[in-house]
Amino acid sequence: MLPALAMFLAFAIIPLVIALGLSFTSWDGLTAPEFNGIANWVSRLTDPLTYHALWLTFQVIVLSWLIQTPMSVLIGVFIAGKQRYRAVLAALYFLPLIMSSAAIAIAFKALLDPNYGVGHAFGLSVLSRDWLGSQTYALYVVILVIAWQFIPFHSLLYQAAARQIPGSLYEASQIDGAGRMRQFFSITLPMLRNTIVTSSTLMIVGSLTYFDIVYVLTQGGPGYATRILPLDMYLTGFSASDLGNASVLAVILVIIGLAIALALTRLSGFNRMTSDQEGA
Amino acid sequence: MKIPTSSRRTQGRTVKRLVPAIAALALATTLAACGGGTGAASSSAGLAAWSTTADRPNIEPSIADWNKSHPEAKISDSYFGTNDFKDKIRTAINSPQAPTLVYNWGGGTLKSYVDAGLVKDLTPELADKKDFTDKIVPSIMDTGKIDGKTYAVPASSTAPVVLYMNKDVLAKAGIQTAPATWDELLADVQTLKKAGVAPIALGGGSKWPYLMWMEYLVDREGGPEVMKNILANKPNAWSDPAVIKSATMIQDLVKAGGYEEGFASVSADTNADLALMVTGRAGFLLQGTWAYSGIEQIDANFVKDGKLMVAPFPAVAGGKGDPKNIAGNPSVYWSISSKATDEQTKTAIDYITTNVWNDSYDSTMIGQGQIPPVQGVGPKLNSDFSKQVEQMITDAPNFQQSWDLALSPKASTEFWTQLDLLFSGSSTPQQFADNMNKTIGE
Repeated sequence: MLPALAMFLAFAIIPLVIALGLSFTSWDGLTAPEFNGIANWVSRLTDPLTYHALWLTFQVIVLSWLIQTPMSVLIGVFIAGKQRYRAVLAALYFLPLIMSSAAIAIAFKALLDPNYGVGHAFGLSVLSRDWLGSQTYALYVVILVIAWQFIPFHSLLYQAAARQIPGSLYEASQIDGAGRMRQFFSITLPMLRNTIVTSSTLMIVGSLTYFDIVYVLTQGGPGYATRILPLDMYLTGFSASDLGNASVLAVILVIIGLAIALALTRLSGFNRMTSDQEGA
Repeated sequence: MKIPTSSRRTQGRTVKRLVPAIAALALATTLAACGGGTGAASSSAGLAAWSTTADRPNIEPSIADWNKSHPEAKISDSYFGTNDFKDKIRTAINSPQAPTLVYNWGGGTLKSYVDAGLVKDLTPELADKKDFTDKIVPSIMDTGKIDGKTYAVPASSTAPVVLYMNKDVLAKAGIQTAPATWDELLADVQTLKKAGVAPIALGGGSKWPYLMWMEYLVDREGGPEVMKNILANKPNAWSDPAVIKSATMIQDLVKAGGYEEGFASVSADTNADLALMVTGRAGFLLQGTWAYSGIEQIDANFVKDGKLMVAPFPAVAGGKGDPKNIAGNPSVYWSISSKATDEQTKTAIDYITTNVWNDSYDSTMIGQGQIPPVQGVGPKLNSDFSKQVEQMITDAPNFQQSWDLALSPKASTEFWTQLDLLFSGSSTPQQFADNMNKTIGE
């Protein structure tokens, strides 16, 4: 417990306190930070761009969850089957898991190139569009690329969970005449409840930290179309060297992250959770 | 250790609740993270030098050469990827680990170092080294100066931005010569459109290619003074008529279909814009000379077959700027940390003045197809392209440093975003100027 606590203090709590402190200073990273009161907070909280970034982040969270959860459950449950061909497919599905975000982003950037991308390669002019340069589509394209990257991970969670469901439940339901659909909705899905909570928590809180993939794909553009809060923080802190204002954004992110995590645990009854194996 | 069961439960629960938020906290960690690295040198006259991997092939042999003949004052060199370097040096330069020789791009970053007193004024040290300073092209030496004092000395090749053309594409459409004026370029745009090719390739997905159009147009329209006023933090300097007019000309060119379809998704970092011009899908490309080396990878015979044509950026009728002016990246520079001891400063100056821009330094650079920022290097260059560009540099009264490098980091970040909005038609020239005016003095 003690080493874990020490790590947690050193890498989570202390930097957080430092960031909170820095949010009340003006600091360019070169000279000593200068205390400037709540100036950064006022400027960030009165800037419509901060709210725009928050709104984009909110869209990323909600849409990511809506896209990734059903896909992951379906793939996870499918892969949990014992047939050999499923093992082969599983290996393919999980491929994105071993790729770095930057590599994925670079690959997709090339695939989505309007002149040399996948649309051009297969002569599908429908696909040859200004995907990443469009104010309307860019955000959704980014969300889909994120989904492509993370669905395998969540599928893996669901696969493991689905394999844990006792076979006796399915056998019993079969005797009662339940079909596959009925089994899925009445046995599999309820038994995956805890995993859904875990996966959703990771997905939603994780959505707050997507940065690398967006940075490589669009750099937050075109204009501000994909400048989500974590990216806004990076650009403010490391491109514009305004670490005071960036710290404000970092603290806002932490507050939102904590609030969501706490709300999720409350709502889902995560803290009262018991094993599904009991009584099976 | 024995903890009562009840308290252990609550404790466990608190930690469990916090765990999902660790990911978010990690962001804060990044903000507070400090750069490490050892700048320690073995002897008192020895020193550390930090540079980028991009220029390693030029710098490494010259330092090895120095170390061989100066065992008492060795230089320990380290190289980092460009973006890593930028992050690392920023945290290190004001720490005890600061390297003595600091690589930088001049302009806005150098100014922030000078303002914070982190680099030395080299003017007195270089006063009796005329043999060395006179070798360098004056307009390139200027980018290392702030308020007339030299804080940085060029160490890498020079890379202005030029207009590349696919001679084949132009000839097929009936265009024989490079456009000398903006109006000629606009006429060529219409001709090429009728011929069914994209007139100009632009890598808008990478953002930075946008600025080359802006910096050249403003220079042609209003001369170098416009940018000087902006850098001097004159209030509302971005509202200069030259800026507004240039922004309008850019939007008119976009509306006229001057750039390829979907230019905002085309990446210049992967040379997708260069590929359009080289493969004959576009006629023109405005790019830095660094793009030249990429041509061969796309089409090995392109240059050999005489398809490449290069010209300076066109003149603008009635503009105040000299059409011979060029813009781009004059060089990358060495500065000396103000934390350096007198002995280390002496070593650094001796190294720079004897081992940089000597014959072997020049020839290493020329061997890689690069152009040293040295006067009269023309005859030694190995390609027509390099020779032509070298002539442009020699003839240029002013070498404007790329605006993103010249501006302060804050203004530069905003500049990229505002250009993105301008090119996509999401903001007007007036809004562009207004938003940029807000960055003045920051």
